[in-house]
Amino acid sequence: MADVSFSIALAFVIFSVISLGGALGVALNRNLFRGTIWLMVSLFGAAGLYVLLSAPFLAAVQILVYIGAIAILFTFAVMLTRSLTQVRERFTRVWANLVVAVLLFVLLIIGIIWPVWGSNPDLAQPVSDVVVSTTDLGVALVDRNGFVLPFEVASLLLTAAMIGAIVIAREADDEV
Amino acid sequence: MECVGLCEFVTSLGVSDMGLALFLGYLIGVLLVSGVPLVTVIFLIWIERKIAARIQDRIGPNRVGPFGLLQTVADLLKLLAKEDITPAAADRLLYNAAPIVSFASVVLIWAVIPIAPGFVGVDLDIGALYFVAVASLGTLAIMTAGWASNNKYALLGAFRVVALLVSYEIPLVFALVIPVMLAGSMSMVDIINAQSHMWFIFMAPVAMLMFAISSQAETGRAPFDLIEAESELIAGFNIEYSGMKFGMFFAAEFLHVFTNGILIAVLFMGGYLGLFYQFPLLGFLWLGLKGGLVYFVFLWVRNTVPRMRIDQVMRFNWFFLVPVSILNVILTALVLKLLQVWGIAPVNLAESSLLGVLPMTVILLLKDILMILFILGRISQEGRRARLDAERAHEQLLTAAAGD
Repeated sequence: MADVSFSIALAFVIFSVISLGGALGVALNRNLFRGTIWLMVSLFGAAGLYVLLSAPFLAAVQILVYIGAIAILFTFAVMLTRSLTQVRERFTRVWANLVVAVLLFVLLIIGIIWPVWGSNPDLAQPVSDVVVSTTDLGVALVDRNGFVLPFEVASLLLTAAMIGAIVIAREADDEV
Repeated sequence: MECVGLCEFVTSLGVSDMGLALFLGYLIGVLLVSGVPLVTVIFLIWIERKIAARIQDRIGPNRVGPFGLLQTVADLLKLLAKEDITPAAADRLLYNAAPIVSFASVVLIWAVIPIAPGFVGVDLDIGALYFVAVASLGTLAIMTAGWASNNKYALLGAFRVVALLVSYEIPLVFALVIPVMLAGSMSMVDIINAQSHMWFIFMAPVAMLMFAISSQAETGRAPFDLIEAESELIAGFNIEYSGMKFGMFFAAEFLHVFTNGILIAVLFMGGYLGLFYQFPLLGFLWLGLKGGLVYFVFLWVRNTVPRMRIDQVMRFNWFFLVPVSILNVILTALVLKLLQVWGIAPVNLAESSLLGVLPMTVILLLKDILMILFILGRISQEGRRARLDAERAHEQLLTAAAGD
């Protein structure tokens, strides 16, 4: 797809900057609450990238679940521990961290850039002609030939986890 | 990208460059979608104050301008002229960002609301989901405001509000699922078109009630006004805010109530559909009338129902709204699927006719009525049991007192 229009490229750059900048903010901020806010910024950038990849459903779910629920839960936990919001200690094992970070980065670069390096003709066309709509996504999740089993197993797992959390959190009271 | 709508208008004004015309078209659209709600809110505040005053047997604002119409403008000028205070111990960046996010979360909803036939910001495939996603940003704004103010009352207020908003999001989303299921689409325009023969209010009155109640809670209005608890928290999460920053929270709340009215009109009352709705201005008028009607009911409830305590609010949600809305989704899905399999309900509501959708409307309405009767029965049963328990406890107390 050589004729990616300028506006889409621009949008990609903007969302990438938001996403990476937010991630940097999470890593560099000493204030935990601000860190969670930066995390939301980063997730928002990722949602924008999903829109560019024609996956608006995923983008909306990203905002709804990650920003609207999980990150809110993070902030809730952080707000309850105000003494932790200003972290003073420095973690000084710079060299060990640096080596691991560089290794991970190189691995990612190789994993992502290597397959698309050069003028690979396979990559000139989309993997599939089918434009996947939200309806297709919904059908695939409950279709016998689709992902109905993983979908149901995941639902069961989440329900079990929820009940487990309630059981653990519940005090051993007498009125059951 | 083709040049339609506002872009056509721009080219007709003499802009020859296609790219520029497209850009200008979008720019005008964005300005309209975000600007119109901003201006609307000025009048909404006046309307709300007038109606609240009438309900409370007062006159309301009547000094500035005819019928006090310019009262809000005067208030606005006052807010703008006030000193803009940032507390010394506050988190400056987040403190200032919170009111903007709060207002933006409401204005962004307008992007997917079809105002008249063909007049919609963007007709997203996932319009309904987009609404839920964007509305969840409001929670974030309140949380940030409460934390960044560095004030214990603000933090306590924020805790309560977030607990309230997160809980009431569940019945809200479950109620939203019903019109989506009936229309078979999450696009707002498709939902409106599916109501061209029968409004969803007649097919799913329970869902509409659930949506109305939980959206009233989402705005933090009475009887769910834990956001602003003067008696307990002085003000709540916005205690440290002054001037226009406070004004933005205020405006966001007012606009949110009206937006919910419009959303109910779109989801359950056919949006812009009405007599001669093909003329854009009339479609707009119909939407405004329906939305205004719901808005009036919201105000009515706000000014007549006493406020509830936080534990009552939570109990009401988790023990009543959530189970009922889940039951409603399951039953509606089952009945709808059966009707479609048996061929009683048309799969595509928009291309059906009044006669085609009548049987399914009757059956779905009957289902809702049966459900309401069942729930009322349960409630009265519970009430009777509670009363018997109380009476028994009272008698025991009396006999114990007589024995002494």
